[in-house]
Amino acid sequence: MSALDLINPTSDLYKKRAPVFPRVVNGRFRRLKWAVMALCLAVYYITPWLRWDRGTHAPDQAVLIDLAGRRFFMFDIEIWPQEFYYVAGLLIMAGIGLFLVTSAVGRAWCGYACPQTVWTDLFQHVERWIDGDRNAQLKLNAAPWSAAKLGRRLTKWSLWLVIAAATGGAWIFYFADAPTLARQFMAGDAPFVAYATVAVLTFTTFTLGGFMREQVCIYMCPWPRIQTAMLDEKSLIVTYRDWRGEPRTQGLKKAATMAPGKAGDCIDCNACVSVCPTGIDIRNGPQLGCINCALCIDACDEVMGKLNRPRGLIDYLNLDDHRRELAGGTATPVVKTLLRPRTLIYFAVWASIGVAMLFTLGGRTRLAIDAAQDRNPIMIIMSDGTVRNGWTIKLRNMESRPRRIELAMTGLPDGKLWTDAMDKRDAARSTRIDVAADATTRLHLYVAAPAGPAGETGFALIARPLEPAQPDAPPQTAAHNLKFVRQ
Amino acid sequence: MTDHNKRVDEATGTNLVGHEWDGIEELDTPLPRWWVYIFAGTVVFAAGYVVAYPSFPDVAGMTGWSSRGQLDAALKAEAATRAPLLNAIAATPVENLAANPQLMRSAIEGGNAAFKVNCVQCHGSSATGARGYPNLKDDDWLWGGDIVSIHTTISHGIRSQSDETRYSQMPAFADMLSKGQIQQLVTHVRSLSGQDKPNAAGAQLFAENCASCHGESGKGNREMGAPNLADGIWLYGSDRAALTQTISKARFGVMPHWAGRLDPVTIKMLATYVHSLGGGEALPQPQTATAVPPAAPAQTAAADTGTAGTGKPNVRS
Repeated sequence: MSALDLINPTSDLYKKRAPVFPRVVNGRFRRLKWAVMALCLAVYYITPWLRWDRGTHAPDQAVLIDLAGRRFFMFDIEIWPQEFYYVAGLLIMAGIGLFLVTSAVGRAWCGYACPQTVWTDLFQHVERWIDGDRNAQLKLNAAPWSAAKLGRRLTKWSLWLVIAAATGGAWIFYFADAPTLARQFMAGDAPFVAYATVAVLTFTTFTLGGFMREQVCIYMCPWPRIQTAMLDEKSLIVTYRDWRGEPRTQGLKKAATMAPGKAGDCIDCNACVSVCPTGIDIRNGPQLGCINCALCIDACDEVMGKLNRPRGLIDYLNLDDHRRELAGGTATPVVKTLLRPRTLIYFAVWASIGVAMLFTLGGRTRLAIDAAQDRNPIMIIMSDGTVRNGWTIKLRNMESRPRRIELAMTGLPDGKLWTDAMDKRDAARSTRIDVAADATTRLHLYVAAPAGPAGETGFALIARPLEPAQPDAPPQTAAHNLKFVRQ
Repeated sequence: MTDHNKRVDEATGTNLVGHEWDGIEELDTPLPRWWVYIFAGTVVFAAGYVVAYPSFPDVAGMTGWSSRGQLDAALKAEAATRAPLLNAIAATPVENLAANPQLMRSAIEGGNAAFKVNCVQCHGSSATGARGYPNLKDDDWLWGGDIVSIHTTISHGIRSQSDETRYSQMPAFADMLSKGQIQQLVTHVRSLSGQDKPNAAGAQLFAENCASCHGESGKGNREMGAPNLADGIWLYGSDRAALTQTISKARFGVMPHWAGRLDPVTIKMLATYVHSLGGGEALPQPQTATAVPPAAPAQTAAADTGTAGTGKPNVRS
């Protein structure tokens, strides 16, 4: 293509969207897509309604992202904001998992599990139900506006809107108690943010699934760019066996006129193009628009079956094997290409993060203590000549039951501690504090010790729950090292 | 512009504006329609805006809206949300605030804010005072460190122009004692806190001149604001020069009374805050009171405990 001529542009800089009306197709990959879609939708809609008993002091929703209360519940795991690294670890696992899947089986995420794919697929199914298959849709699209066309359009859009509203509506239940919020939502008592979220997600689902569709994948989404970089010549992608299909011949008669062995298997029936949800022609080779949904494999296999030719003119095939077949060889077994150093390393990294997180989750302490020393001033001289330091203490009881915690000091032998909730005359080496279930208690801690040479004396503050979780469980203590300052 | 200047650019078919600079000419491309419509729309909008909203000094808009009014409304709304809490504090005697953790916490926070406005000038932002201005974080109190005494001190001040102000005056001994006697007295006063050797003559002078207020052992008397001379805390310093000055010329520190200048709720909040700084003392037990049950083995930290049963504690971090 020559340089852009801005004075006399021969082509429009803006490409108008060519509407895509994919034809319905049956086959093994279509069945797999149905199964994945059903699973994804079921997980998305059902998860917030699962209950999980955590006792009286914690919510009974199995998966709950309690933003207001700053807690993340996932079955038996409760994450506090201080433990956000677990969420970060999950996100890292999701990222590396995507690398793993992409290097092994190409853009499987795009083709099967991406919400954009799942909802577009669902919307297209609704579309076929109302408007008919590809040919009927093309005809209706070209037809002038009439009452019948308007009726069909309104029916279709209404159904889309219902699906979109249900999609947006389900999202909010992850962030609050689902049955309560559902009642509030219907009664009009839900928080504004709930309605706003539903409205925004309804709008985006409706437009992205109904009208934007493949443009989201081709123009808006960053993943195709990243995933293209993650692919290599051994990744399984949807490939057209051009060595077998070319030259294309339309009709058996024409093929018979050609020299034996010259006619390709592709009969140029365009079945692969007409079923493609992104409207591309896979026979042009690997391209950004291909989301690897494999529907063209199903379509082509069907045609090849009718012609009594072997299936797999379009197939999951990596580029290495394609080259090998072109040279007369045979493809390597799929297991061999899946288990190669690159995928194994991705898997090892992915799995070790997961194992490490499970390991730390199992051994984490559900009690924590933080201390911030008073700075203004750092010490006070008392009338009896002793020196007093102060700390703001935060005791976090991360268990879902109230606990009595003993706060004791080790070190600083002459020191005594007391808190702002007690009388100084009761100062001792330890004190007991009741902390509510799943809560942080903030208190002011004072420590007084006889005057001495200027400097810092280290000592530790040990928090120990008085009732263990199980009678034989080792006590989980939390400690914090402090410095007693004399000036 | 005259007509003969109107020429059409061949390449684009657009009119030229007629100016030429070294062979470079400007196309007279019309503004996009949408742009023109939006521009016209903004002009119409501006006309309405000028009428509806305050646009000239001292002229109110037709809607009556003003940013001052908005601020007033916001302040009123804020005051309305605080009113129940402030009313509750107003209705609760200062010594009973501690029984209600929520009121107590609000009072301490409110006191903290008021302290920064009214008290830091003398007592410092850390409330540790300065020479001549008492440290409010230690446990030494001239007039008492329980919440009621602190409340009284803040309300009526010290040597202030209030009928009920706390008032004490130490005589200036320069005219009554000789310089030598004053030095003997200085030695004795320093010996009370172990800073000097005992001095018999000084002790005799102390018993004659000072013990009536400061007590025989110099422990002071909070009833009349006489400082404890036997502890480690000195308002004006305990070196010989400072004590010579104190005994010869006396001191007359003044704290203003705040009743009448601050509202009663703010004074209560200030008292609560000062009491919470670490040196606050318990109220003296009334002699006739019934036996108080011994303290529970554990102190429930009053602040920040959660609400049982909901799993939604008040404070999380």
